[in-house]
Amino acid sequence: MNFSKKSPWILHYDGSSCNGCDIEVLACLTPLYDVERFGVINTGNPKHADILLITGSINEQNKSVVKQLYEQMADPKVVVAVGICAATGGIFSECYNVLGGVDRIIPVDVYVPGCAARPEAIIDGVVKALDMLEERQKYARKKDK
Amino acid sequence: MQGRKGPSVLQPFYDVLKLFQKESIEVNTMHRFFVYISLIFVIFTTIIMLLGGDILLALFALTLGSIFFVLGGYASNSPYSTIGSERELLQMMAFEPMILLTAIGLYYGDKSFFIKDIIAAKIPSIVYLPGVFLGLIYILTFKLRKSPFDLSMSHHGHQEIVQGITTEYSGKDLAIIQITHWYETIITLTLVYLFFAFKSPVSHVIAILACIIAYLLEIVIDNAFARAKWQFALKSTWVITGVLASVNLIILSFFR
Amino acid sequence: MNAISILVLFPVLASAAVLSVRKDAVRNIIVRICAIVTGILTLFVVCRYFKDGISLSFANKNIIDTVIASVEVLIAAYIIFIGIKNKKYIVSVFASVQTALVLWFEFTHKHGIYIHSDIVFDRLSAVMVLIVGGIGSLILIYTVGYMKWYHIHHEEYKERKSFFFSVIFLFLFAMFGLILSNNLIWMYFCWELTSICSYLLIGYTKTTQAVNNSFRALAINLGGGLAFAAAMVYIGTNFKTLELSELTAMRPELAVLIPVFLLCIAALTKSAQMPFSSWLLGAMVAPTPSSALLHSATMVKAGVYFLIRLAPLLAGTSIGKVITLLGAVTFLISSIIAISKSDAKKILAYSTISNLGLIVTCSGIGSQESLWAAILLLIFHSISKSLLFLTCGSVEHQIGSRNVEDMDILLKVSRRLSGYMIVGIAGMFLAPFGMLISKWVAMKAFIDSKNILTVIILGYGSATTLFYWTKWMGKLVSNANRKDHVKHTFHIDEEIPIFIHAVLVVLSCFTFPLISRFVLVPYLSGLFGPTVSMPIGTSDVNIMLIMLSMLLILPISFIPIYKNDRRRIVPVYMAGENTGDNESFYGALHAKRKVKLHNWYMEDFFGVKKLAFWSNVLCSVIILAGVLVLIGGITK
Repeated sequence: MNFSKKSPWILHYDGSSCNGCDIEVLACLTPLYDVERFGVINTGNPKHADILLITGSINEQNKSVVKQLYEQMADPKVVVAVGICAATGGIFSECYNVLGGVDRIIPVDVYVPGCAARPEAIIDGVVKALDMLEERQKYARKKDK
Repeated sequence: MQGRKGPSVLQPFYDVLKLFQKESIEVNTMHRFFVYISLIFVIFTTIIMLLGGDILLALFALTLGSIFFVLGGYASNSPYSTIGSERELLQMMAFEPMILLTAIGLYYGDKSFFIKDIIAAKIPSIVYLPGVFLGLIYILTFKLRKSPFDLSMSHHGHQEIVQGITTEYSGKDLAIIQITHWYETIITLTLVYLFFAFKSPVSHVIAILACIIAYLLEIVIDNAFARAKWQFALKSTWVITGVLASVNLIILSFFR
Repeated sequence: MNAISILVLFPVLASAAVLSVRKDAVRNIIVRICAIVTGILTLFVVCRYFKDGISLSFANKNIIDTVIASVEVLIAAYIIFIGIKNKKYIVSVFASVQTALVLWFEFTHKHGIYIHSDIVFDRLSAVMVLIVGGIGSLILIYTVGYMKWYHIHHEEYKERKSFFFSVIFLFLFAMFGLILSNNLIWMYFCWELTSICSYLLIGYTKTTQAVNNSFRALAINLGGGLAFAAAMVYIGTNFKTLELSELTAMRPELAVLIPVFLLCIAALTKSAQMPFSSWLLGAMVAPTPSSALLHSATMVKAGVYFLIRLAPLLAGTSIGKVITLLGAVTFLISSIIAISKSDAKKILAYSTISNLGLIVTCSGIGSQESLWAAILLLIFHSISKSLLFLTCGSVEHQIGSRNVEDMDILLKVSRRLSGYMIVGIAGMFLAPFGMLISKWVAMKAFIDSKNILTVIILGYGSATTLFYWTKWMGKLVSNANRKDHVKHTFHIDEEIPIFIHAVLVVLSCFTFPLISRFVLVPYLSGLFGPTVSMPIGTSDVNIMLIMLSMLLILPISFIPIYKNDRRRIVPVYMAGENTGDNESFYGALHAKRKVKLHNWYMEDFFGVKKLAFWSNVLCSVIILAGVLVLIGGITK
């Protein structure tokens, strides 16, 4: 039996986002969208998280932070880039200090487009990430055997 | 309250099962050891209690388990774990007197610390220990890690000390911590149980009901209160122990 | 000559021998040999007389008495002199008054009194002799190594090692005499001698602080000595006896209670109970081995040992209640103040006061269960505390500080040393270890003797005790990674006694049922009749031994698990980017910030300033209550 789907714990990291996507991410947790019904917890601690949810683009300042957060998460883990900035750098991509999307630094599994991304889209993205999490879990177990 | 579906009742079990399937990472090779030792001693406590053993000894074993857990927080040498450990220790200092006095109050029933004697008494302990019982209910909040006294760690995200003692634990170790907490919950509710159980077999049903009510009450309290400051936690607990439990025991010692 | 006389007198010989040798290497060998001989003599005496006990009477008592009297006069003259020289007149006053009192008594009233047994050796004295001789000789061996490094690290102090060793041997003589004497005059002499030794050792470094503290210790202990002298004179003139055993066999009526109360005051000063506790805290300026020997393992135990002897007269009396309450209050308050301290030796000092308070409480109650607990507490506390002091001394050499905050690197500096320290701390408060066993029985004894207030105080005191020990232990396991520490070697001279101590801590916990069976029960049967039995049931003893075995086996059983389950090691989470060494993180503007982790001391709640004054007032009031009870009894 695979339980990663039943209790995905999320670490939310704000890159250089304009906070639009962040507000939508938090909206998901409100009773209206209620992602807790899927067992989602917003942990705030990479060591406990399964899903790294990043909003905003990567810049010179935060690239090592994101890398370290990714390193501090236990396997299996997936990365969800929320919003167009996290996907490609968005309207900030031309800025002198912006490197671009999250995938410049760490492997991204799910891209959730939008500016800002809608809560429904974010939830969809997380659910999609869960499938990948499950697959990785299976793969990891096979490797163990 | 909020008209939402929320997580399933089985969610804690899903969480633990998931954690067992995850990778366990660590910050040094020392800190995982303490979590396992803690679990072993807490299980040991449960066994002593279920076999009707000495309640004071059982509580000492429980304290030993808790101390190992606290040391686990220190051992990771991480800022958040250390703060969590300090707070956990403070909580222990706050509720220890009450726990000890509970055991001592129960001793008065049959002049025995053995649980098998306590539940075979002629009258239930609650009759002559109402103050001690109320004090116990007050510190139940610490033991079950509920608001307003969940200073050292809690499952709610984004708090001021991340996840307290558990910050550096992941995977299996975190699952073990959760299981340890379940055992602690059972042990704490057993204390409630002892106040109601006596010779008559019906009383055991009432005792179990009392445990359920106490647990539900704690959930209500958890939802109704914000986290308290440590100063309030320490002061209020010591004062309540000093007033309710001590006065109860002093009066009792005059009669027995 | 009898083996006991040899045991008592041998340290005097050693003291003189050590004092005369100036060469370090030679002296070290002499000290080691003398320490080992003392240890062997102790074991021999205990084995030889353990079963039947013995009481001795000396034929040439007059000569001994004359020698003692003249030495006493010499000491008094010395104290009066240094008191005047250092402008500490109170010391001179105490010394002159009590010596005059004793001399007056010896010349006028003593002649008609015949003393049947001067020395009594029973199971309780056997325990004390083992503690003094055993731990004393171990500490002496440790001191050889310690003092060498002490003077290398502290070049500012004048080297007076011969003097130091000599005083320690002299102290051993005084301690043996104190424990074994049944003759109050001899006992009084040894009692005063221990005070002097303590004074000399505290003042070893001759700094202003050390001198002041040594005079404070001397003044308080001489005050206690004055009470002792007064009690002795009272007993001699009113009851025509000078034997402790005669006194304890009397009925606790008012006339007896007056000298008993005075003797209790003497014992309380020696055991540093509040309000007399300040001298013990000042005594921590002395080199660590002397703190281990005098101020934790033996000399302060003399007071509680004396109280345990007097316990039959205290049980159930109003004086007993006063002593019980005083001990309990001291226990609680000093364990609370210990929370606010970060200096390891200060914590140990407060913890010593607190545990002695518990023993005082037990002996004040005086029931068989409480005395059982008291003696066991005395044994366990001596071993564990001595271990802690010794490790503390070595830690100071290794990391250059005795602040608990700095001990977080100890695991990196010396794994073994921190292991020993953890054993010592565990011995002080953790569940299956000795102190907790005794505390548990004490609690039971308090309930059964209807001292519910004491039980409540014990409940709170246990909680605060748990707090300060655990946070210390937390620092020891915290495995901090600081690069700036220097690696030291842990010397064999220091390690052997520490290792033996650690083994003793564990061993004494495993064998406590045997200690109970062969020492405590026989001794208590002598007091309470043959119905005495161990206050802990067999099933509980088994559970405790299982727990203790678990604590020993579990760490070892984890080794294979560790080998098979290697894990990815990641940086500590700091809510900012960890620079990779777990010591610092990048803050705002990418600035490197150091992480500092501190324990909680909560000065506002538990600070000395807040508590010391009022607790001393409270304890003085309790003592005053005792005085009033006695006066009330007289006028009735």
